[in-house]
Amino acid sequence: MNTTALSIGGFRARLKVRPSDLIFIAIFVVLILVSSLVSETFLTSRNLLNISRQIVTNGLISIGMLVVILTGGVDLSVGCTVALCGIMATGLQSSMAMPAAIGVALAVGLVIGGANGFLIARFKLQPFIVTLATMGVVRGATYVFSETPKSPVDPLFRSLLGGGFIGRMPTAPLIMIAFYILAWFFLNRTIPGRAIEAIGGNEEAVRLAGINVKAHLILAYMICGFFASTAGILLSSRLGIAQPSFGVGFELDAIAAVVIGGGIMGGGGGGAVGTLFGVLSLGVIDNLLNQFNVQSYYQQIVKGMIILAAVLPRRKK
Amino acid sequence: MDSGAFLRMQGISKRFGGTLALREVDLAAELGEVHALVGENGAGKSTLMNILSGALAPDSGVISLGAEPVTLSTPHQANRHGIRAVHQEFSLVPHLSIAENIFMGRLPTRGGGRLVIDWARAYERARALLDGLGFEGLDARARISSLSVSQQQVVEIAKALVEKPRVLILDEPSAVLSKDKLSVLFALIRRLRAERTLILYISHRFEEVFEIADRITVLRDGEAVGTVRRDAVGQNDLIRMMVGRSFEEIYPPRAAGLGGELLSVQGLGRAGEFRDIGFTLHRGEVLGLFGLVGSGRTALARSLFGAEPPATGSIRVDGRLLRPRTPREAVRAGISLVTEDRKRDGLVMHCTIRDNVSLASFSRMSRGIFLNRGLQESLVAEKARELALKPAQTGALVRTLSGGNQQKVILAKWLLCSTKVLLLDEPTRGVDIGAKVEIYRLINALAEAGVGVLLISSEMPEVLGMSDRILVMREGRLVGDLERKEASEERLLQLAAGVAPGPTATEAMA
Repeated sequence: MNTTALSIGGFRARLKVRPSDLIFIAIFVVLILVSSLVSETFLTSRNLLNISRQIVTNGLISIGMLVVILTGGVDLSVGCTVALCGIMATGLQSSMAMPAAIGVALAVGLVIGGANGFLIARFKLQPFIVTLATMGVVRGATYVFSETPKSPVDPLFRSLLGGGFIGRMPTAPLIMIAFYILAWFFLNRTIPGRAIEAIGGNEEAVRLAGINVKAHLILAYMICGFFASTAGILLSSRLGIAQPSFGVGFELDAIAAVVIGGGIMGGGGGGAVGTLFGVLSLGVIDNLLNQFNVQSYYQQIVKGMIILAAVLPRRKK
Repeated sequence: MDSGAFLRMQGISKRFGGTLALREVDLAAELGEVHALVGENGAGKSTLMNILSGALAPDSGVISLGAEPVTLSTPHQANRHGIRAVHQEFSLVPHLSIAENIFMGRLPTRGGGRLVIDWARAYERARALLDGLGFEGLDARARISSLSVSQQQVVEIAKALVEKPRVLILDEPSAVLSKDKLSVLFALIRRLRAERTLILYISHRFEEVFEIADRITVLRDGEAVGTVRRDAVGQNDLIRMMVGRSFEEIYPPRAAGLGGELLSVQGLGRAGEFRDIGFTLHRGEVLGLFGLVGSGRTALARSLFGAEPPATGSIRVDGRLLRPRTPREAVRAGISLVTEDRKRDGLVMHCTIRDNVSLASFSRMSRGIFLNRGLQESLVAEKARELALKPAQTGALVRTLSGGNQQKVILAKWLLCSTKVLLLDEPTRGVDIGAKVEIYRLINALAEAGVGVLLISSEMPEVLGMSDRILVMREGRLVGDLERKEASEERLLQLAAGVAPGPTATEAMA
């Protein structure tokens, strides 16, 4: 983070951040300042580690949401994918080995994303409608699946992933950071990553350049499903159990993080760096309001305000 | 047609909804030739070239290259056969860099795989390409959205020349190019021709066609009228081939007689779009407004109509001051606007003729909040009859109508709400010559009935043929106010492009 403060210019150029998007850094800095002033416990390492673990779920989902928003779409089915994959990763451990259960859960995430992408790309349906429909289907499937009896999960499942530590750092945030670096590299340095970003700006231009738009759309939604699934697995591993009511409203937090970080609904803006800042901002707000025992209703009001504050300066003239 | 030609398109037909855009069109062209396609707007030039570049699939017809029949159902397939196109509508991604747009779909990669992009090489190659083509001074890292329209066109052209194509399609490349860039483009075309590239050049500017083309194919209403050698025809022959009738038949004379002052505009301005605009429009007058794309013509019309309110200046209608902040206020004062893009902001495509025509006049056909269906039907049907709208059923969906009839629906809408000032922005874009003539007659009838018409057009023959007086705009300013008899195509272009009268394009290029 130090380099950010020292040389915004070079950093900006290399990470392809627009000046108008720097609002997310401003929001974040203000939040940190306010937090450390009003709360004695905020800047303790215990609290910071706590925040880092709390943001993992939204952090992972937001990567996938970013990829989809860059194509000009949106994915409302991520919240229930978190629930279904979390439940499968824990529930299936009674009938198969832990790695196999995780593998199945990841595959289910990919299939849900692939189905979304296929419907959107092949039949030119609106992403909002398609993923609204799959949201219902997957949520229902989660409740159906959760009715089968469960046995306790493999203790290794908790200690390795969601509850594990490497040195003093919890494992899950490290996994998340690694995925952000990967996502940044994918979006800025690889051919499919650039194609995905271009589709959101001018789909016809991409098609006329001889690029397979449909395949890239499907890929984008599969990536989104994969990250929702990963988030579900890590969440259930941290808590040791999964419930079918997991993940309600998570899609909105992810959209909020992407948008605070410079993402534009409909494509044409947003990136991994900004999204990470968006996730951090939302995490800090939650943490702070929790410390002061503010009711969650007020938390939602504050979050809504912050989203508006992030979007207003970037509106089209 | 010559059977030995390199490119042969035979019996190409294409239908869009209710209109037949191409009817059994044949085209033959050789490598090392600049082959121009001319025709009025809507003649089918772009459609034919979109089919050749794989952007559109034909309904029927055969295309062969070097005597081999080929399938060009995607842009990718066309690229593989060495066909590249610079389309009229930009196909650039605005939030990405010049280099990325130029190499879209084939960015250079590093390492063995074809996955990881080598950005340093991408920028380097983009700069080398632009310099090599003669377009220096563009930063390959700049975002497309930060470029002028002319610079964007240069990027489009560079994009088509990353790998030297066998067939290069240029669709109205000059429409938005600045003068200096156009001469670079012409030098480039000559070089490509010498290297045996086939260049298909669409334009409706005769000077350009006569300067650069070897042969010319004329299209009219979706049919190929014929192919001629440049040195074997004159301008008048081409015009006759293009429109299929004489000047007098297209632009019927109007019973003259201007009335009093109707619309008076003074010092009108809007930041970044136009400034210091002043003119008057009389009853019964057709006032032409000519200007190149981006000159501010459309912005001016939208401001007069209150769609984007002017910041400075005054507008008077019948002597009464009008400050239109919304279209609603302008309509109440008797101003109507027929927009450039009728599908986007002129019509509700999925509704009926009746609904669309009534849209601005609901107060005339309702009591309280209740619509009087009988009155509505009779009012709409009367206008439909007056304009000879086809079909005559007012319940027909606008979506199913031809371009010319859609335009009549819009006109009917404004006639119904007793318009005094009619602003027409490119009223004949994309309609066939028959419908065009009908629209011209209608404009004349309106003027004779005392309506003041502001006719915005980028088609010079139309402006010259229809107007009593002609205003010319360039870069947001009014640069000419000509009487009909002192105006000519040459004079209009000089004013619109901002060049002094003097050497012709050919001499300037040499």
